[in-house]
Amino acid sequence: MPLYREGAPSGLVVEDPWLRLADDAAVPADGMVLVSFARWREARAALLARRGPVGVVLANTDPVEALAADVSRLDLMVLHFPKFSDGRAYSQARLLRGRFGYQGELRASGGVLQDQIAFMLRCGFDSFESEQKGFGEALAKARTLFSVVYQPTEDGRSPASLLRLKRRNVLVS
Amino acid sequence: MPDTYFYRYDDYDRTLVSERVDQFRDQVRRRLAGELTEEQFKPLRLTNGLYLQLHAYMLRVAIPYGTLSSRQLRKLADISRKYDRGYGHFTTRQNLQLNWIKLEDAPDALAALAEVDMHALQTSGNCIRNVTADHFAGAAADEIEDPRIWAEIVRQWSTLHPEFTFLPRKFKIAITGSPNDRAAVRVHDIGLRLWRNEQGEVGFEVIVGGGLGRTPMIGKTLREFLPKNELLAYLEATLRVYNRYGRRDNLYKARIKILVHEVGVEKMRADVEAEYAETRDGLLGLSDETIEAISQQFAPPDLPPRSNLAGAVEALRLEDRDFALWLKSNVAPHRVKGYAIVTASLKPAGAPPGDASAVQMEGVADIADAYSQGELRVSHEQNLIFPHVAIEDLPAVYAALGRLGFAEANVGKITDIIACPGLDYCALANARSIPVAQRISSHFAGLARQHDIGDLKIKISGCINACGHHHVGHIGILGVDKNGVELYQISLGGDVDFGKTALGTILGPAVTADKVVEAVDSLVTTYLDSRGDGERFVDTFRRIGAEPFKDRMYAAL
Repeated sequence: MPLYREGAPSGLVVEDPWLRLADDAAVPADGMVLVSFARWREARAALLARRGPVGVVLANTDPVEALAADVSRLDLMVLHFPKFSDGRAYSQARLLRGRFGYQGELRASGGVLQDQIAFMLRCGFDSFESEQKGFGEALAKARTLFSVVYQPTEDGRSPASLLRLKRRNVLVS
Repeated sequence: MPDTYFYRYDDYDRTLVSERVDQFRDQVRRRLAGELTEEQFKPLRLTNGLYLQLHAYMLRVAIPYGTLSSRQLRKLADISRKYDRGYGHFTTRQNLQLNWIKLEDAPDALAALAEVDMHALQTSGNCIRNVTADHFAGAAADEIEDPRIWAEIVRQWSTLHPEFTFLPRKFKIAITGSPNDRAAVRVHDIGLRLWRNEQGEVGFEVIVGGGLGRTPMIGKTLREFLPKNELLAYLEATLRVYNRYGRRDNLYKARIKILVHEVGVEKMRADVEAEYAETRDGLLGLSDETIEAISQQFAPPDLPPRSNLAGAVEALRLEDRDFALWLKSNVAPHRVKGYAIVTASLKPAGAPPGDASAVQMEGVADIADAYSQGELRVSHEQNLIFPHVAIEDLPAVYAALGRLGFAEANVGKITDIIACPGLDYCALANARSIPVAQRISSHFAGLARQHDIGDLKIKISGCINACGHHHVGHIGILGVDKNGVELYQISLGGDVDFGKTALGTILGPAVTADKVVEAVDSLVTTYLDSRGDGERFVDTFRRIGAEPFKDRMYAAL
């Protein structure tokens, strides 16, 4: 599955350095491993005792709250869209980024189409698995597709309400 | 003097709408070029208000909180002429539907809307839909606060909300600022009711999980009193709980009402409050300055003093019986002495409810300019409203409306029927609604008789999705399909009045299309024979129950 990263040159498919570990596979001593949420819960201590970075793949029904204490120990979280129209992972992303302060890579997988990118970026996703033709080019343009936003979210952009306040205050002073 | 007395777009709003048009133009191009499948394109066109109906695409234009300037209405007339067949249909969601749009024209139609600060954003799709409010807002004598201020705040917050664009199902929010609820807040996904508590503070009662459709439910109170500046944080918490836990396994069980019903309102409240405890101090708190800046835009027009006692009105009232009836049914009290709120009936006898031609729209816009500060409202009862008419001008407004065919003195009466588009247009419908409404309307056309019958709301839906709100009609009529035959199920006693909100009781087996008028006639006769002093149809029903109505109706068919 082609992987794209926000900020990479337009259209560039980036390499995926992560080893996706099956739930019954042995954990390698080093290297970047990506495990399921169930595996993480079961083998958390062993996974953290290794040398290499760890990532977790979540189903959109997995409770992200369970990872709140570990966000600084994880380097990748993959949130899944079973269908592009199933939007639960948007909430998971905002909780991970906004509430729990997760700083690592936040990847969208599954039904990931170019017309969702602007929303995904706003919720804190920064890498994307997509088979759609033209996805990489669309990603490069997505952040500027809408130059105005109305909501404060995890992307740190100033919503129109805040810009208006600032503008009024400038006018007043 | 400002050109409107409601929210005026600034460069931020305009930029966003115009960028959205550009984005949609590109999406349409990709669809026409075959780069997008219909399945992929569908949610994109839906969030831009474009449906695929039985015969053509339909564009549903958002009229936020039902407020419209004369300039905007003229533009709608223009667009209906240029891209449609010269008419439009005002809906129960305070929107306007154009029924004959071509896909390749849709981006141009949206660009034309953007010229007058309008759009079709989020009038469809599984997102937060266009926010509705009391159609008498800013003018009603009984108003505590103008709900449109909050509807506008919600409009902005919900527009392209990145987290809530792929919800389990559509999400409708309605707001009222009056004790007399004209916005039906108990039958929305979220209803907000402004009220004043014992400390004299104004805040919201937050009602959740109401709705009609195939599983009608009355909303429950989630929060008795929410301070106003906490509105968005609380809404965001509620929507997040719904987005995470609402059902997605079954389209018919995906609305928030089912979640509330299944987990119970106590659990729902606990979940929302827990989420809210985390978000309440975040960036969504509304500053006094922001609220004030938006409130100022809704500052009421400075209405010049006019007389409450107009000799010309009194003279015409005595002389013209229809005008006298019109004063009673179509004119409501205004908060300013010497003024009134006038409802133009889009339900002339025998006509499709809610339709207006381009010429009629322009005529209404002219009347608004001459007599109502250039402002109009769309009601969920599918009528148009002039919010600020001087009492002295009522005869002139009545005459002008008469020339357009919109002066029928039937607001709230038996021919002021709400009907969905039904099988004449809609791909979901099982039966026709409009012809049934037209037949009932023709049968009861006489104004004196209508006024004798008094307040009686008939609501007709062509399928179980209930766009015609049949569950809450005093008489509700639901079209069903039985082996290819259109039948109509009749229910009694529905109501959306605040504190009395109720769902109708189904009388019995559905009746054929040719019997609907006789059935309604029999129900009316039962009422007239049984009514007590001052009782409306629905009051009599509540007192005597369904049996007498049912027995007589089925005996008559």
